[in-house]
Amino acid sequence: MNNRIINWFKFASPQTFYPLAGKMIPWFWALTALFGIAGLYIGFFVAPTDAQQGEGYRIIFIHVPASWMSMFIYLVMAFWAALGLGFNTRLSGMMASALAPTGALMAFLSLWTGALWGKPMWGTWWVWDARLTSELILFFLYIGFIALQSAIDDPRRADKAGAVLALVGVVNIPIIYFSVKWWNTLHQGASVSLTRSPSMAQTMLWGMLLMALAFWMYSIAVSLARVRAIILERERHAGWVADLEEVRS
Amino acid sequence: MNWGSASEFFAMGGHALYVWGSYGACALLMAVEPILARKRRSQALIELKRELRANQDSQDETTS
Repeated sequence: MNNRIINWFKFASPQTFYPLAGKMIPWFWALTALFGIAGLYIGFFVAPTDAQQGEGYRIIFIHVPASWMSMFIYLVMAFWAALGLGFNTRLSGMMASALAPTGALMAFLSLWTGALWGKPMWGTWWVWDARLTSELILFFLYIGFIALQSAIDDPRRADKAGAVLALVGVVNIPIIYFSVKWWNTLHQGASVSLTRSPSMAQTMLWGMLLMALAFWMYSIAVSLARVRAIILERERHAGWVADLEEVRS
Repeated sequence: MNWGSASEFFAMGGHALYVWGSYGACALLMAVEPILARKRRSQALIELKRELRANQDSQDETTS
């Protein structure tokens, strides 16, 4: 039991996490490709044409995964930020910084694909509806987090300021999620819910879930790649970095 | 199978602009982001090596 606790803390040090992340990245890329190919195949070739929306609905296979990931990454980012703020662990702040650009990308894709879906179905690229507006705020929160961190030279202080912003912004996540329930929105309600059976064909659901897994694996792979870069930038005066094979060669 | 031909597939039932505009942006961003992350790491490595070499040189000067 005791050993297990110690082991977990061991992985919280940049020195042990750096090579571990390097080993994990190819596996997550492989999973991204696997789930992505399966999801796209089902999405384009197995899932039937929608009775109301025709072929345009196929945007769902990237729109919903991107939207889910934009919210989920924010929660993970806020979790690391809180951990860093509470325990002053070095790796936590680096993890939060590594996640922010990927989260921003997901929020952007959610808005972009949403606009391209809204135009043919609703007749407009954009409306100031609760769901769309709160997702836009999420995008700005990511951009604000990145801008704030890059404006502060001392990384530890940048982590602290960013953590406060990230934690305050968490309130926006339930607002996005429940916005379609709380307000009358043009945006449709949840397609998938834990409490009732999904309101779509089985094959559409499978395509969407596989694509969500692909987006998830992608996010892990690219954030791990970025956190390795951040570790090198911030730990450059540490002895273990100078001993790395890729630095010595 | 949903599509009779490749052109039918690319036409997406008249929604080609919207569907391919979405998938295209997604593919583009997801291709660029990993490249940027990789670049950032190789840039960090270059600077690290430069710094180490500079330290090495200054140490050599003081000892000689």
